[in-house]
Parts: sequence; C-alpha cells; structure tokens
Amino acid sequence: MSSELAVPLTGVLVASACALLGSFLILRRMAMMSDAISHAILPGLVAGYVLAQGPNLLAGFLGATLAAAVTVTAVEVLKRTRRVDGGAAIGIVFPAMFALGTVLVTWRFSDIHLDADAILFGSIEFVAFDTVTFNGRDLGPQSIWVMSGLCLLNLLFVGLLYKELKLTTFDAGLAAALGFSPVIVHYGLMLVLSITSVGAFSAVGAVLVVALVIVPAATAYLLTDRLAVMIPLSVVIGAVSALIGYRVAIALDASISGAMVTATGALFGLALLFSPSQGLVARAWQTRRNRAAIASQMLVVHLFNHERAPDRDEENSVEHLSDGLRWSPARTDMAIAGASRRGWVVRANGYLELTEPGRQTARLVLAR
Amino acid sequence: MSELLRDLIYDYTLRNVALGSALLGIVSGVLGTYAVLRRQGLLGDTLAHAALPGICIAFLLTGSRAQLPLLLGAGIAGWVGTMILLAIVRRTVLSEDAALGIVLSTFFGFGVLLLTYINQRVDANQAGLDKYLFGQAAALIESDVIIFAILGGIALALVLLFYKEFKLLAFDPEFAGSLGFGTTKLSILLTSLIVVAVVIGLQTVGVVLMAAMLIGPAAAARQWTDRLGIMIVLSAAFGAMAGVTGALLSFTQQGLPTGPTIVLALTVIVVVSLAFAPARGLVWEWLRRQRQRRAFALDVARLKAEGHLR
Repeated sequence: MSSELAVPLTGVLVASACALLGSFLILRRMAMMSDAISHAILPGLVAGYVLAQGPNLLAGFLGATLAAAVTVTAVEVLKRTRRVDGGAAIGIVFPAMFALGTVLVTWRFSDIHLDADAILFGSIEFVAFDTVTFNGRDLGPQSIWVMSGLCLLNLLFVGLLYKELKLTTFDAGLAAALGFSPVIVHYGLMLVLSITSVGAFSAVGAVLVVALVIVPAATAYLLTDRLAVMIPLSVVIGAVSALIGYRVAIALDASISGAMVTATGALFGLALLFSPSQGLVARAWQTRRNRAAIASQMLVVHLFNHERAPDRDEENSVEHLSDGLRWSPARTDMAIAGASRRGWVVRANGYLELTEPGRQTARLVLAR
Repeated sequence: MSELLRDLIYDYTLRNVALGSALLGIVSGVLGTYAVLRRQGLLGDTLAHAALPGICIAFLLTGSRAQLPLLLGAGIAGWVGTMILLAIVRRTVLSEDAALGIVLSTFFGFGVLLLTYINQRVDANQAGLDKYLFGQAAALIESDVIIFAILGGIALALVLLFYKEFKLLAFDPEFAGSLGFGTTKLSILLTSLIVVAVVIGLQTVGVVLMAAMLIGPAAAARQWTDRLGIMIVLSAAFGAMAGVTGALLSFTQQGLPTGPTIVLALTVIVVVSLAFAPARGLVWEWLRRQRQRRAFALDVARLKAEGHLR
C-alpha cells in the first residue's frame, strides 16, 4: 500500500478510535486524565522494548497498559489521601512517569529507535513502510491493522456498554443504586483509553493523542446536547480533521500529526465562534438582543409613567430622554429604534407618543 | 564530595546549569504555591504547551534565535492561550478540565506544525528550537542564567509587593472582591507571573515536565505547614534542592538528562513529604490508625472479659 493511501487512512482510523471515547471523557471531566495517560505510557513502552529485546507490538502494549494502570491508580490513591487536589495529583504523577521514561531511553539506550521527535509527535509519515507479513504474504501496513482493531474495540465497548456508560456518566449515584458499578465502568473506560493511547502513540505521539481524544468530542458538545448525536458527530469531526491535516501537511511539507491536531483545533475554534447555541458570536448576539429588548421595555415604561404627568412634554422629547433615563445617546437611539419597530411608540415632531400596544406592554412589564 | 563542591563553584558549565536550575526551582516553587492553593496546578502545564507556537512564530518573524524575542513570543502565546481558556470556561458548557486539555493540545499541535515547517527550511541546528521540547539544562550559558535571574527577580519582587492581595485571592477570592480588590486583574497578574516561570522552565526542563516544576514543590511544601509564608519559602527551597540535585546527578552520571533528573529528584521530595511530614504525613496517619485499632481491640477484649459485652 502506498504512503498516499496508508497515511491518511491511518490518520482517519486513529482519529476515529480516539474520538469514540472522547465524549465520555469530556462529560466525565477527565480530559486531563487522558493527557496524563498518554504521557505516562512512555516508561511502559520502553520496558516492553527492553523485555522483548526490540520493537514488539505485544510487549509494548502490555508494558504501556501496565504503566497506564499504575498512573490511574496512583492518581486515584493520591486524590483519596486528600493531601492534594485532583489536578495536582495528575501533575505530580504523569511528569514523574514521563521523566522516568525519558531517563530510561537516554540512559540505557542512547542508540534506541525511540527518538525524541517520535515520542512527542509520532511518526505517522512512515506507517506505510512497517508492514505485516503472514505466510510470506504482504498484508499491508501494521498500523492500519492495529488501528482498525482499536476502532472495532472502542466501537464494541461504547456499543455494548452504552447504557452503563451513559448512566454512570450522568448520574453515578443512580447507577450505583440500580446495581451498576461506576467503579468497574470507570476502570473499563480507563483500560480501553490506555490501549487506544498506546496504539495512537506510535502514530501521533504523546501530546497529540489527547487532542484527537478530546477536541473532536468537545467540538461536538458545542453543537449538540444529545449523547447519541455527540458520539458519531465527534467521530466525523475527528476523521475530517485527519484528512484536512494530511492535505495541509503535504502542502506545507510539515508534521502530519501536528497538522491533524491543528485542524481539530481550527474546527473547534469555528464551533466556539459560530455554534448556534453555544458559540461566542451567538452568545454576544443574544446578549445584545436582550439588552436592546430591555432598553425598549424601559423606554415604554418611562413614557407610560410620564404620560399623564405635567412634565410630559419635557420628559418625552427625544433630546431629553438621554438625560431622563441616564442613557448614552447611542443606547437611547437603540431603544427608540427597537420600540418603534415593535410598534410601541410613534415619533411626532420631536416627541415620542405611546401607541396602544405600547401602553399594554408597559402595563405588562410593570405588572411583572 | 569536596571535588564536586569545587566543580560547582569553578566549573563553568556545572555552575550555570546548577544556578539556572536552582533559579527555576525557586521561581516556580514560589508561583506554584499560589497555583496549587488555587487548584490551578495544571494551568502551568497548559501554558507551557501553549508557548510552543509563540516561540516558533517569534522565530519566523525575527529569523534569529535571540533569547528575548523567543521568550516574549512564548509569553504572548501562553497569555493568548489563557484568554481562550477563560472564554471557553465562562461562555460554554465545557468544563475547566476540558478547556485546559483543548488549549494545551491544539496549541501544541499548531506549534509542532510550525516547528517542523521551520526545520524543513532552516537547518535544524541553526534554529535550535527543539531544545524547548525537552529542555536543555545542560546547555545553559551565563547569559541564560542572567536572563533567568532578571525575569525571576521581577516576578518575585511582584509577589512580595502583592503578597497580601495574592494571599486573599488564594484563600477567599469572593471576600477579596467584596473588599474592592480587582480580583480579575490580580488573577491575570498572577497568571502572567506563572507565564514567566514557564518561560524560564521551557529552556531547562522542557514543555512536558514544566507541570511538575510548578506543582511538585508546592504540593510537597503544603504537607509541612499551614502558613502561607512558610509554605512559599519551603516550596522555593524544595524547587531549588531538586534543581541542584538534578544538575549534580546528571553532571556526575554519564548520560542522565538534566531536566528529567530534576523532575525525578522532585518526585522523591514529594513522596517523602507526603509520607513523613510531621502533621499530615501518611505514615504517621497509618501508625495512628493502627494504634487506635489496637486500643479499640483491647477495650473490646476488656469489656468482654468484664462481661459488659458479648
């Protein structure tokens, strides 16, 4: 299989496998835990390399999963001592594991294949050259087999345990009361996350795994609040990011994994700005509209209060409104424009007159 | 031993490495105290990763690897990352945990993209930006140490100047706000100072291990005392201790990288503190429990013997 096919295909598979789990990690507030795991598997990978006396897939998986288990347990134990908070527990454990891994690599095997760049950014560029042969037949790149397997594993995990995962994520107490064990589900999720991280580690490196796990899911969460939509949406976003990233990296002749993650970041940025419900633009627009609506309501109440008063003409002249309500001229204009558009006031030679709907609105507001 | 001490003073390389690492330990120890007390330990991790694209953009703009522009770029990128983090936390459904992870990983990914783009075009050694990933404490030179001292000195002076305000912010931000302190401004100032620590740390221990430098000393110091002033001093001392130990170990043992060794030394300090600190030590708590359990068993046995219990 050529690199032009193997690399983007691996990228899509890695991104899909990671994104399948992301929704649960985001909803369970475990994003940084997945960051910790993807770093902490390094010493396990190195130990697997030593024990197998060379690069060996199974030994790597076993060592890394063990290291991940150590990390998860150490963080939980540290948290439970109540001597440090959750964030600090993560920040104590994973750098220690990562430092241990780096020391092992540089101290014992200065000639090892695991070089610095591969640890941090992975080496997806070269996946096409690492092929599997069975009975003398070339079965194509190993990474595609591994990542397809991980996609299937995660699909089965999420599919078979969907109800349990959903319940323990949203209401751990109820889940426990109904007889589901939140602890078992938690450790199960950690286990598949660890295995996925190991698979993704070789393709995209320690730091970028976490991006593929959480960023597509976070993007999907900005667009929907239904879990059943969020999961497939995050897989699509992850896969699309992988393809965009691949094209960009080829065009710039730069790191493919870096470009894939940049693409997830860009899509997240778009959702952050333009999501119909959560986006910053929508929120700002909403705030502006609310402010304008309230200003118009205040205006009609003001006019209503002064309608029968002796200072009516004084207070209701357009020039005096700014002073009377202590508004800036711009805000006054906005309020008048809003109120006229709604048909609450009409303008008559420099004065504002309330209409009947305007009076009704004022009464409604005052009655609230 | 005495030979090592002589090297520490007269050997140019070792002196710079030890001094630089100690300075990093002190600055990150002091600022980490506030980060840990405010439960923002992982903010440092995010800021360190977010700095990478800033370094790369500064390099692309200036075309040189002069120290200060790169550090300025790192600082600005860290700051932008913080602002995006705040926007995500305040305006969307996403939790702080998710926001930290998102900013950390996407900024770093963008940094990797830029870094590899630069390395394709410029001779990698000439750019020399790789050293910010794993840190290169062993390559610190005198001018680096001087920059560290100036940056760190400014940061520490500001901490001293705003000691009372930061204390209030760390323990009771609502009360601080009600007294009329601008908590948002203070918070931004404190975060900016953490960016300074990160900038010093990037060159020494690198992006990934920076989190440990901010969290470790403070988490260790917290076990020994309940007083902020003492905690800050202890935290700085632990940070400096780890820095010097790491520098010395990697100097004497061939092939031990300095940054990771510093972090491992720090981990030892944290574990010892968690286990053996006088009041909060886990070992003492365990012994106390055992004693209580034995005393309770004795009481039960006595009551049974006297016929009060069956």
